[in-house]
Amino acid sequence: MTAYETIILTVITASTPLLLAAIGELVVERAGVLNLGIEGMMAMGAVSGFAMAQVTGSAWLGVLFAMLAGVAISMLFAFLTQSLVTNQVATGLSITLLGLGLSGLIGGGFVGMPGIKLDYVAIPVLSELPLVGKLIFGQDPLVYISILLTVGVAYTLKKTRIGLIIRAVGQNHHSAHALGYPVIKVRYACIAFGGLTSGLAGAYLSLVYTPQWIENMTAGRGWIALALVVFSTWLPARLAAGAYLFGGVWILGLYAQGMGVGIPSQFLSSLPYLATIIALIVISTNRRLSVINTPASLGQGFVPDR
Amino acid sequence: MQLILEKRAQASAIMNVASPVLAILLTVILGGIIFAAMGQPPLKALYIYFIDPLTNMWSIEEVLVKAAPLILIGIGLAVTFRANVWNIGAEGQLTAGALLGAMIPIFFAEWQSPLALLAMFALGMIGGAALAAIPALLKIRFGVNEILTSLMLVYIAQLLLDWLVRGPWKDPHGYNFPKSVAFDGWHLVPMFGDGRVHLGLFIALALAVVLFWMMNRTIKGFEIKVIGRAPRAGAFAGFSKTGTVWFCFLLSGALAGLAGIIEVAGPIGQLQPRISPSYGFTAIIVAFLGRLNPIGVIFAGLLLAISYIGGEGVQIELGVSDKTAQVFQGMLLFFILMCDTLIHYRVRFLGAKGAV
Repeated sequence: MTAYETIILTVITASTPLLLAAIGELVVERAGVLNLGIEGMMAMGAVSGFAMAQVTGSAWLGVLFAMLAGVAISMLFAFLTQSLVTNQVATGLSITLLGLGLSGLIGGGFVGMPGIKLDYVAIPVLSELPLVGKLIFGQDPLVYISILLTVGVAYTLKKTRIGLIIRAVGQNHHSAHALGYPVIKVRYACIAFGGLTSGLAGAYLSLVYTPQWIENMTAGRGWIALALVVFSTWLPARLAAGAYLFGGVWILGLYAQGMGVGIPSQFLSSLPYLATIIALIVISTNRRLSVINTPASLGQGFVPDR
Repeated sequence: MQLILEKRAQASAIMNVASPVLAILLTVILGGIIFAAMGQPPLKALYIYFIDPLTNMWSIEEVLVKAAPLILIGIGLAVTFRANVWNIGAEGQLTAGALLGAMIPIFFAEWQSPLALLAMFALGMIGGAALAAIPALLKIRFGVNEILTSLMLVYIAQLLLDWLVRGPWKDPHGYNFPKSVAFDGWHLVPMFGDGRVHLGLFIALALAVVLFWMMNRTIKGFEIKVIGRAPRAGAFAGFSKTGTVWFCFLLSGALAGLAGIIEVAGPIGQLQPRISPSYGFTAIIVAFLGRLNPIGVIFAGLLLAISYIGGEGVQIELGVSDKTAQVFQGMLLFFILMCDTLIHYRVRFLGAKGAV
């Protein structure tokens, strides 16, 4: 494999967990809900996936279990914010704290164990193509899933009736309710989807990216995913672009460290966080862009009057 | 079965007090179940966790030592959250305060006077406030979400600390350990008795009273509450939204910074790569458990401090991971938010046939 292929491959693996977590949150936010619990759901996904893979020996069962764990945790969030109309910001934070703590507790027995890596799928013939073969047709399966999910979400939101309902619920829950749409049920479903993809993102970390369990291995990726959703102005295509951009920044730091440039490693490690702040500033300066697409009911609780 | 919320005509005064108690109770019950699931005797584990820390002088002192930063940060966050401003980067502001304050013992080791300690406190507050000013400025100037920016700065501040103690600020005579010089003399926070209880606790208690007074007896406190609850009404009353954002961020940042310098100049005594067991994040729970009321925060801070010591206790006596503390803390916040719904709503369950 050439150096250029290696770099692009690592960028893709660094970007995929961000994309997975962010595409779910995008749907959640389009439905008018702000779930700040991504970091916690990812951590739970990572540890559940790793544990299941260890117990059963199958990475795929791990992936499945990680998604279930993500959904289970997200349902706690949904119950509080939707059924009991609690403050979404605070509830999301509690999910993050709970998820990080619980994952550390569960994962205690798995620290240092050699991981089980999800196999690459190499599509025959096509993956042998020069230059692009390895890159496009020789990835791990979750990369394809993340791209399919992005395309699926974009299509659903823009072209289907379900997408229209989700957007209506997120724009104005009172109107959507008056039109007879089940606001709370739609939001429950979207939150579950967000939990599923966050769990998947966690599984990606512990079964593909670094096939191991390390405490706090999410390293703020959940928060960066949240920032990506803002950065994307709630548009899936821009979200994917943003995810790859951030994956690139992440890898840039690692490579620069490896090549021994004279910059202290801590500065390079802080690049993704710094880039997140800068990206948020850049997108916010374009007021029109962010105001047009922001779901109008974002973060507000809804109690149906009856 | 369906769950129905009915808005109360008035917020329930009883539930306002009962909700945190109920939340603590639920946490203890679920905690017992978790211990049982881990194969530990639940009652014994809960006893070690919540009661043991209060049965001897040594651990009571340790609880007070841990409560000091939690209260200091918690009161600032309580005011901030009241204004509906979301500073969740207190952990980073704590680090920034510790860094700036530590410059005096590191660069002016010979300056030994009470003034040096005061200067350290002042620098600590400036450091915390300066870091908190970034999300405030970005929110006001560009409308950037303060939750994300304040949180990103936590990682950046911690990496900066890591670099300093491994690089330029490393003690040259420290056998290459990633630590700064040990502070001494007036560069240490005065301790009381033969324990580790330090001046910081009393500063925290005094400031809690000051902020309680501010919130309930001054126009500033009224302004903060109005802006938080009804921003439009606040605007008509001539209250400044941006002024409130600035005030809340600078106040909570300064308090977190003060907590940071007190930690490194108190219980720790030098800079090291890790200076806080997530006090800045736990203080978020403290603020909510304390009903966003500075006096309530004192009690909440003590309780969460017990959870830290209890977590260490079960680790030593039962060999359970000290992560239980973090799990308990997360559960607690979760249950508080859940129970708080009862303040404003009645919850009714409708059976399938009772549904309207």
